[in-house]
Amino acid sequence: MADQTLPIAGSLDITPPRVKERATAVEWLHEWVITTDHKRLGILYIVYATFFLLVGGLEAMLIRIQLIKPDNHFLSPGAFDQMFTMHGTTMVFLMGMPLLFGFANYLVPLMIGARDMAFPRLNAFSFWLTAFGGLLLYYSFIGGYGLYGMGNAPDVAWFAYAPLTERAFSPGHSTDYWALALIVSGFGTLGTAINIIATVLSMRCRGMTLLRMPLFVWLLFVVSGMTLVTITPLTACQIMLVIDRYLGGHFFDTQAGGSATIWAHFFWIFGHPEVYVLVLPAFAIENEVIPVFSRKAIFGYPAMVAASVGIAFISMGVWAHHMFTIGMTSVGNTFFVLSTMLVGIPTGIKIFNWLATIWGGKVQFRPPMLFATAFLFQFLIAGLTGIMLAVAPWDWQLHNSYFLIAHFHYVLVGAIVMAFFAGFYYWYPKIIGRMLDETLAKWHFWLFVIGFHITFDTMHFVGLLGMPRQIYTYEADRGWGTLNTVVSIGGFIQAIAVLIFAYNLIHSYFRGRIAGNDPWGGWTLEWSRPSPPPD
Amino acid sequence: MSAIPVLPPAEPWSLPSRGRVGMLSLIIGESGIFTIFVVAYIYYIGKSLSGPTPQQVLDIPLFNTICLLSSSVTIWLSERQIERGNMKAFGALWALTIALGIEFIIGTFLEWKKLIFVDGLTIHTNLFGTTFYSLVGLHATHVVVGLLMLTLVLIFALTGHLKESHCERIQVLALYWHFVDGVWVVVFTVVYIVGR
Repeated sequence: MADQTLPIAGSLDITPPRVKERATAVEWLHEWVITTDHKRLGILYIVYATFFLLVGGLEAMLIRIQLIKPDNHFLSPGAFDQMFTMHGTTMVFLMGMPLLFGFANYLVPLMIGARDMAFPRLNAFSFWLTAFGGLLLYYSFIGGYGLYGMGNAPDVAWFAYAPLTERAFSPGHSTDYWALALIVSGFGTLGTAINIIATVLSMRCRGMTLLRMPLFVWLLFVVSGMTLVTITPLTACQIMLVIDRYLGGHFFDTQAGGSATIWAHFFWIFGHPEVYVLVLPAFAIENEVIPVFSRKAIFGYPAMVAASVGIAFISMGVWAHHMFTIGMTSVGNTFFVLSTMLVGIPTGIKIFNWLATIWGGKVQFRPPMLFATAFLFQFLIAGLTGIMLAVAPWDWQLHNSYFLIAHFHYVLVGAIVMAFFAGFYYWYPKIIGRMLDETLAKWHFWLFVIGFHITFDTMHFVGLLGMPRQIYTYEADRGWGTLNTVVSIGGFIQAIAVLIFAYNLIHSYFRGRIAGNDPWGGWTLEWSRPSPPPD
Repeated sequence: MSAIPVLPPAEPWSLPSRGRVGMLSLIIGESGIFTIFVVAYIYYIGKSLSGPTPQQVLDIPLFNTICLLSSSVTIWLSERQIERGNMKAFGALWALTIALGIEFIIGTFLEWKKLIFVDGLTIHTNLFGTTFYSLVGLHATHVVVGLLMLTLVLIFALTGHLKESHCERIQVLALYWHFVDGVWVVVFTVVYIVGR
């Protein structure tokens, strides 16, 4: 670093670092609160997301305990509504989004040879907005007595359909917490997206043209562009909802001629691209892990770039496949059937390119590669059930059944969470400087995969047998009881696996093997830096 | 001995300025919000079950529009002045831009005063009221935020803190102002022409 005390102004300071005096607890905390360094903010985002992964997982466990047998009364109906709403909202907005932006924050500047993000203070501001939005959402549990004494946590499902959310049908504050918390954290998300775009376009090191960037950077650049036009419709319709609830507006008020369907359109105009915002970073991680552990460069880099951009664009035009049962015209339905099937093509290109990367490579099944391989199998199946659901008449039978829940959890957990685990095992050595324990990693992997399949494979059948989502219990003579028990047991196994993972994160922080610059033999720029990279 | 590698002459490495990229990204995001409000407005044209209709109560705000759109011209002129270092001319044109923007806000305020107290149109009267006040109000909020930023810059200019070297940042801010004007063109067309 340039130092003004040196004889030649601006020259490199190569004096050995002084041993730093130990900071007090307050100083340490202060450093973390005021930081604008992309690496620290990345860690803050990732820690935040990991915490809410556990919280959201706890909510899932409570749901599964309630559904483990027929006519169960572990949770009241109101509490159950809160659980599935908060589980979905937490996992999407407080786990998925912060996790992907955390990885982006940490890695994008390193991978393009930039010193920091384009707007470091905006970066910090965005993180804290997101964090406070999440805290506001969870404050709802204790904020106020609520309607039935259970607090005011949102209970209107993560997609908060109108007119349930109108004042007349949700007189308490649950919807308000949902809307306001997400508006606040949405602005944070927008800030980070702007930051990533500006960083990628304006701060690449000399010689790194756009077509020489790592695919991770490409995909997060595309994700950030998508975020600009994905999160904003959600913010807009949430503002409309607040106007309806507090200023007497009629946006979704059918009594005044308004339309509840328009909420569904606006929400899913956000909601569908949102799931692509969540999955593209998973692709980004796959694009980095698979080549390194196959000892082969990614197959078809230009096709991967084109496919990613193609997915981004097409995904903007498929939203109403979430609304096949709402009563659109057959022309409308058909359009969305076709566009949804179309998005499978670039996705398929990516899967074939990953396979082609592995083919003929010298594969090493270290922990990141275990998770990255499981991703390939599971994402494929998720995509296939997705194409099934894209066929409108099939969806008319299975919309909002457990088949649908199985499909989207296959993508969200089987693919996205899997890829994020791969990313954790791959980059933890870079971020912390120590390797994660491999034995614990294998326990985590196998328990999680086994539990995942016990739960979500079975769940497809429960759905096919007609069980709808968001019901707090079911009768014994439905024939769903045994299958639900199996699903719940798989959930508990996954919970154990995740706890092992959380323990590994903490244990390896103190006792992990020192990693060095490049423990995996990667070739992107972050592996040329020490682990962890100095500030 | 093989040829000594000779590096090609360093190619110019120029990347777009981060301020401009950031502002353009913000504009794209904000356009997303406005698009949803515009779509809602268009969808609900003619669907109000009661109350005053646009034809009955809306007068075309021609003067307001001319002021706002002219402010885009004056801000563009002021950008050219600061590029050349004419700080006094810059300040004058910048102040004129703010004045035109303030006129627009006053005009909107007077229009709304008439709509609320004379015509009885509020945000909860009917669908037209809801969509009108939300959309025009969202735009007016962006104008107000823009005016606050412009005023800050004017204060910096008047106290001598603004230098010619800041012209890039001025251009980024001007981009925002042009965006606000652009949105008004859309809102004006949808509300006062198509919707009536």
